[in-house]
Amino acid sequence: MEKASEYAATPAVKPKAASSIRSRRSGLTGIAERAMKYLFTLCGVTAVACVLMITIYMIISGAPAIGKIGILDFLFGDTWYAKNEQFGILPMILTSIFGTLGAILIGVPVGLFTAIFLAELAPKALKNIVKPAVELLAGIPSVIYGLLGAMLIKPLMYDLEEMIFANDPTHKFTGGANLASAIIVLAIMILPTIINISENAISAVPNEYREASYGLGSTKIQTIFKVVIPAAKSGIASGVVLGVGRAIGEAMAIILVAGNSANMPSLFSSVKFLTTGVVAEFAYSSGLHREALFGIGLVLFVFIMIINLVLNGILKSGKKKEAKAKK
Amino acid sequence: MNKKVLSLITGAAIITAAFTGCQNSGTSSQTQSSTANSSTESSAAQESSQASSAEESSTVALSGTLSMNGSTSMEKVIKAVNGAFTEKYGVQVDLNLTGSGTGIKEASEGKCDIGNSSRALTDEEAQTLDATVIGIDGIAIVVHPTNEIADITIEDLAKIYAGEITNWKDLGGADKAIVVIGREDGSGTRDGFESIVMGDKTPQYAQELESTGSVISTVGNTDGAIGYASLANVDETVKALNVEGVAATEETVKSGEYKIQRPFICATLKDSDNELVKAYLDFILSPEGQELVVAQGAVSVN
Repeated sequence: MEKASEYAATPAVKPKAASSIRSRRSGLTGIAERAMKYLFTLCGVTAVACVLMITIYMIISGAPAIGKIGILDFLFGDTWYAKNEQFGILPMILTSIFGTLGAILIGVPVGLFTAIFLAELAPKALKNIVKPAVELLAGIPSVIYGLLGAMLIKPLMYDLEEMIFANDPTHKFTGGANLASAIIVLAIMILPTIINISENAISAVPNEYREASYGLGSTKIQTIFKVVIPAAKSGIASGVVLGVGRAIGEAMAIILVAGNSANMPSLFSSVKFLTTGVVAEFAYSSGLHREALFGIGLVLFVFIMIINLVLNGILKSGKKKEAKAKK
Repeated sequence: MNKKVLSLITGAAIITAAFTGCQNSGTSSQTQSSTANSSTESSAAQESSQASSAEESSTVALSGTLSMNGSTSMEKVIKAVNGAFTEKYGVQVDLNLTGSGTGIKEASEGKCDIGNSSRALTDEEAQTLDATVIGIDGIAIVVHPTNEIADITIEDLAKIYAGEITNWKDLGGADKAIVVIGREDGSGTRDGFESIVMGDKTPQYAQELESTGSVISTVGNTDGAIGYASLANVDETVKALNVEGVAATEETVKSGEYKIQRPFICATLKDSDNELVKAYLDFILSPEGQELVVAQGAVSVN
């Protein structure tokens, strides 16, 4: 008897809730309840339908051109010159990969350290200035980053280029519009994403962890690197994932600083990203050229899908490991 | 007591099971059916909206609106002509500037009445569209104002753009690397420039910019730069070079002495019986219309 009531103690809450739902499900409220349910379902379905429609549309409009050009010539051809119907996008694919990698290499350490500073080290007064500034940075439209890049970074890069390659007649001068400029702009653009998400993750680490670490005699910096960061690892990783997403999909900011000539990527050469290739040429293109731009769109689409899947996989396996470690 | 508790538990279990069960089956079947529905519905909606917009544009055009879309290089010329046309005939002209390719495409699909193009139509495009040449544009070769070079041959120009000449000193200028600036693939200006200048050579650009204005401003900011732009858009921030000893002016373009030039075209559907389109083309080709074309820096066809 006693055992039974003990056993029932927790689930006993459920029947009460259920009966109250049942009583609410009558008359007008019942209709409203059902209507809202369908509304929510509809909203959920809209998102799925959009993804499906975009996927289908991209395949329908992108695949024919890839078929006509030949998938190997398209993906691994190294010349993009519409006039001669040469549509090889290997330089653009590599540029997108290296540009994003470069932005991550600069953006992640700076962003992570800023997040640590904000969450662990900054005096409150300073934090109150830096944090809103970072949040504001996230809201600035990408074209503004591009304009500033074109006005400030490009001339500096031109000077640097002239210094470095002064006696190199084989170097093709870009006037400062090159991969390095694009990487700098992208790195600044992904900073706020990485900072905000990492800072939240670091702040969410329970204080007991830090206290335990101090109790064992660690210094503040040791605690941060050995305890706090490992504990906030998955949050930081999702910040990086979102940063990669933002960097690889960006077009407006880098179109102004990348030079947009489809060369193989190197720091001081004019380059064309997958995104900027589509944006720059869409207006005047026609026929196979236009179809090929849809082909680029499809490649970019598949690219981002793959990156999302792989990174999500990494994140999930990381979380599973953590869960196991906790058990 | 025991019985009561038990019945409550079973009741709860049944309700939750029923609830979740119904939700599961409900949503999954709903998802499928409504996805199918919504996609067909939306494509149908798209078609009908397209159809209605096409209908609208043709009916509205008859009642006094002309729609055109196309080349950004033709902006100044077309805007000047449109203003006078509206004033004279009381016909409103809607102008979009999205590029020659889009203009031609929309004209051939009937989405706009006139497609403006700053390049000749391709054979494919000429099957559905009539091209009316309304003016000629000279393509100026521009450099930074401090550049000492004043004159260039087409051959040297081709070598610069192909990357065979990389320093201004090879042409008698200062010891300064050349920054080769041009337009994006597909641009009418680029097509015009390359077909006249490059021959079989493949261009090697340092920067491919997506508008005439960016070419001018970038050349004006970059001291080793060379670029090309519509004669009508050249301003004092850059220096226009003589080509083969001929200065880029309206007179030399019209007389054909200045070699780098291209047509401005109004593309219209072949079987079109749109009165407004006819009136517009007649107006732009009339002495009055051509005067406006000339006033904006392009060259008359007459």
